[in-house]
Amino acid sequence: MTISGVALLAICTLLGGLLGDWLGIALGVKANVGGVGIAMMLLIAARLWLFRRGLLSEGVRQGVGFWGALYIPIVIAMAAQQNVVSALKSGPVVVAAAIGTLIVCFAAVALISRMGGPVETMDEIEARETGASNGAG
Amino acid sequence: MATLSHTLAANGLLTAFTFVGLVMWFSNAVSKYLTFGRIHGSAIGILIGLALAFWAGLVTGGQKGLADLPVLGGIGLMGGSMLRDFAIVATAFEVDVAHVRRAGVIGAVAIALGTLLPFLVGVGAALAFGYRDAVSLTTIGAGAITYIVGPVTGAALGANSAVMALSIATGVLKAILVMIGTPLVAGAIGLNNPRSAMVFGGLMGTVSGVSGGLAATDRRLVPYGSLTATFHTGVGCLVAPSILYLAVRALTQS
Repeated sequence: MTISGVALLAICTLLGGLLGDWLGIALGVKANVGGVGIAMMLLIAARLWLFRRGLLSEGVRQGVGFWGALYIPIVIAMAAQQNVVSALKSGPVVVAAAIGTLIVCFAAVALISRMGGPVETMDEIEARETGASNGAG
Repeated sequence: MATLSHTLAANGLLTAFTFVGLVMWFSNAVSKYLTFGRIHGSAIGILIGLALAFWAGLVTGGQKGLADLPVLGGIGLMGGSMLRDFAIVATAFEVDVAHVRRAGVIGAVAIALGTLLPFLVGVGAALAFGYRDAVSLTTIGAGAITYIVGPVTGAALGANSAVMALSIATGVLKAILVMIGTPLVAGAIGLNNPRSAMVFGGLMGTVSGVSGGLAATDRRLVPYGSLTATFHTGVGCLVAPSILYLAVRALTQS
């Protein structure tokens, strides 16, 4: 059933949000600490659990997959409701801080992700996986 | 005309689906025929979204971009935090656990650096523009972490509302620049594998910036980047009003 995938996703998201709020309270912070990340790990764990028991039906995949596929349109809707006017109007200190941060962080990404030596790119991973499944089939 | 706008407003979420669908269809066409696939359709879509938000902000004087237009109120629900988090969590279904395990430590390093570096740059910018008190410096520095860390920190320290506004604006502008800038620098910073995506998420922090930027670069990287980015705001809210504030206060008093 497709709804079981949607419900599974909703349960993981709600549970993650709840645990993130509790973690925030436990740490004395007025924010949700890692709620979405916890929810993602719950969903990964649920997928592995269902897969091992042979319960990972096409319906469950469709229910979750649909929302994963809607991700980019949702991001566009998110972009369309940002307060762009005030972000651009509020003065040079904002522009300096934001652009400075961006440059420093991009440089740090380049440095750190190169530290551990070369890794497989997404294209190589996909090529290997399709190659493997073709070989098996 | 009145009936049309009534129907659109009464079915807000459906209007939003229609509207975003049209935007995506248009952006994919631009990507294919004008840039020959060099610029990702989703990057163009996000830029169009931001440009429309700018236009709507000028027209309505509101703070929520297109969602302030009565007919397009559904955009607020579709792009709000509930459905955004729901869709981000759904992308975790595609995550390969082996890649996450391998990037575990490096992801934690990235989150630590992603909190400290923006804070230092933000405090530096505030210093350069004449701010000298520890509360304002810390609040603006925290805004450079994310636009949630900024106001949470400012509220905890009792910063004034002008500084709070600057702090939020810094975070929002950072998120917007990450959305636009990521596809442009992706090649140069090696953003083409799960590990660098996790490092990227930890360093950039802002969930909206990371998820938008990665979506515009390569949709398959989104779950890895989001996984680390989501811890970023929590860590920032934890250390900015406490350890980082005490450090700034100690330095400004000496």
